[in-house]
Amino acid sequence: MPKIITKREIAPNIISLKVTAPLIAKRVKPGQFIILMTDERGERIPLTIADYDRENGWIRIVFQVVGKTTAQLSQMNEGDELFSLVGPLGNPSKISNYGTVVTVGGGTGIACVYPITRALKEAGNRVIAIIGAKTKDLIIMEEEMRKASSELLITTDDGSYVRKGFVTEVLDEVLRREEDVKKVWVIGPAPMMKAACEVTKPYQVEMIVSLNAIMVDGTGMCGSCRVTVGGETKFVCVDGPEFNGHLVDWPEFMNRLARYGRQEKLSFEPHEKSYGEKNG
Amino acid sequence: MADMIPVPERMKMSQRPMPEQDPKKRTRNFDEVPLGYKKGDAIYEAQRCLQCDPPPCVGGCPAEIHIPQFIRKIVEEDFASAYLEILKTNNLPAMCGRVCPQEEQCQRVCVYNKMGKPITIGRLERFVSDWARKQDTKEKLPEIKKKRKLVAVVGSGPAGLTCAADLAKMGYDVTIFEALHKPGGVLTYGIPEFRLPKRIVESEVDKIKELGVKVVTDFVVGLTKGVDELGEEFDAIFLANGAGAPQFMHIPGENLNDVYSANEFLTRSNLMKAYKFPEFDTPIKVGKKVVVIGAGNVAMDAARTALRLGAKEVRVVYRRTKEEAPARVEEIAHAEEEGIVFDFLTLPVRILGDEKGNVTGMECIKMQLGEPDESGRRKPLPIEGSNFIMQVDMVVNAIGTTANPIVARSATSVQTNKRGYFMVDEKTRATSREGIFAGGDITRGSATVISAIGDGKKAARAIDSYLSSGGSLRKKTPT
Repeated sequence: MPKIITKREIAPNIISLKVTAPLIAKRVKPGQFIILMTDERGERIPLTIADYDRENGWIRIVFQVVGKTTAQLSQMNEGDELFSLVGPLGNPSKISNYGTVVTVGGGTGIACVYPITRALKEAGNRVIAIIGAKTKDLIIMEEEMRKASSELLITTDDGSYVRKGFVTEVLDEVLRREEDVKKVWVIGPAPMMKAACEVTKPYQVEMIVSLNAIMVDGTGMCGSCRVTVGGETKFVCVDGPEFNGHLVDWPEFMNRLARYGRQEKLSFEPHEKSYGEKNG
Repeated sequence: MADMIPVPERMKMSQRPMPEQDPKKRTRNFDEVPLGYKKGDAIYEAQRCLQCDPPPCVGGCPAEIHIPQFIRKIVEEDFASAYLEILKTNNLPAMCGRVCPQEEQCQRVCVYNKMGKPITIGRLERFVSDWARKQDTKEKLPEIKKKRKLVAVVGSGPAGLTCAADLAKMGYDVTIFEALHKPGGVLTYGIPEFRLPKRIVESEVDKIKELGVKVVTDFVVGLTKGVDELGEEFDAIFLANGAGAPQFMHIPGENLNDVYSANEFLTRSNLMKAYKFPEFDTPIKVGKKVVVIGAGNVAMDAARTALRLGAKEVRVVYRRTKEEAPARVEEIAHAEEEGIVFDFLTLPVRILGDEKGNVTGMECIKMQLGEPDESGRRKPLPIEGSNFIMQVDMVVNAIGTTANPIVARSATSVQTNKRGYFMVDEKTRATSREGIFAGGDITRGSATVISAIGDGKKAARAIDSYLSSGGSLRKKTPT
């Protein structure tokens, strides 16, 4: 059974867990994800693998509490076991020595872009990393990202740390300043990735996004995660999770992400209430 | 003990019907629809059996069940022996008794079939296995010497479970690898509770575990470990990972929010128990007016699930006629009794939606039957200008599945055909790579539980003869 070995709240409502998973740790590559369940009645949710240690057999996941499953996960403690953990799922990022590349992480997307950034630098790239969040407290993994990149740029929506502005503005500046950016990776909330695609379009740079679609099995069996890319239907779980952002049908993707909005609220509210009663 | 009734009188007896839940009530619950024979029903039905020698029914059964023998035991009211007789060749009797298309297999060749009243072999199999489960009848296996040979089975559906159980009974050390968090494959994620209660799947899987079979869940062969790597740890491998990937029609509007694949819709409801939301966390949506595309068993399961989840109207559209519908006659009848409306000779051409992604309707075209096509069925042809809009707010696509490539990608030298299915020797289920065998839907496309069971049995025999003659994957490196 996958056991939680360390748990840290690295920002308000953002939790980092290290979980024992020797088989996953052995094979995982940057860009891949896992699906977990907290208990037998739980939902299967996908989370990107933020880090891993092949030798010691653990993987790290970072998540924000946004619904019932993430809330339940946040209440689990070191020593607790997950009901289910499967992976590594999806295709790895295509890591190679391209020259100069840019990686962008927004919010918990920072954790997703971290292993890709590190691998790109290890492969010999000059990696300019941009990370951003709403406010200073929500900037995560700053030190890890600094080490993993050649240059780290930070921004906050409210200007409470380093500078004020969205990651898309910083990305625009970098692309204006840099002559020869070969590839850009952007991972974060869907509206941010969509906006970043609009920014990069005029520069004709290859733009990669990692899509956080709704999944059930995560192995290509159900098609819950389907998305239109370049006019063709793709499954995020087996064809992705990375796609050329300029070809993604963003309105459709965002509509599909909101499919269970009402049910998610219905499921989360009683949970929040009972948790509040227990802990308040 | 009931006496044997003289043959002429036996032949005059009529077929015993099985009681079912009232259609009006059952569309509001997920309980099983057919209620099963009572003891008296089973004995009566068993008494009709002519005990043919040789028995044609056995030839019609891919699981090779000793049918006349077990039926004879029912007549003798020795249900434990009847159960053990079935178990000699079939490890999944409670499932087969429920979901096998007996009308196309054993019952089709029953001598009574000409009179339109074949022995209801499936119902008897179900009665016996349900009785045994309640009594907790255990199989007494002869002491067998454990063989120090390891076999990996990929997938815990009917093919994998059968192969694993047969090999375990021969003394092999068998490990099943299952991608999902629960074993059973399509029996768990695909077939709904009202047709195959999950406690029955669990109980049959538990029995197979008692034979010594290890079941590793949350293990995606191809991702967690590849087939090639398993080949370094196991002496033989049986690939039974299922057909997997849902097919779509490639018509406009297919990715609107309330368009489900049948796989997603059924997996949410069956595996994740979304029909019990919010008691279980996985959500599911159901429209007021639901349309299911396709007329196979999966389409019937999806349509009947939608009804039970609260849809006001459920329609099934199919481009051919009822004659060509691939679903079991019984399943179509059950769906009709429950009020599901069938639109035959109808082909969807476009799904309509609003800017938020909600489904607002489906455009269809009427079809007519032309000349027979390569499948021997008359080809449906569109009637020009017959387009119309069907008022629906949810669509479930149940037109079939294609091969999921994850397993095949990790299996060097195991050949697939152009549709991605493993190519096998029909008799031995051997693939192009020595020591690797395959069966079930990943070798034949969407088929039946019973054909998968048949494949599992054949593969188990072939694996035994491969290993007994000194074969082992572990000694070989893929070329």
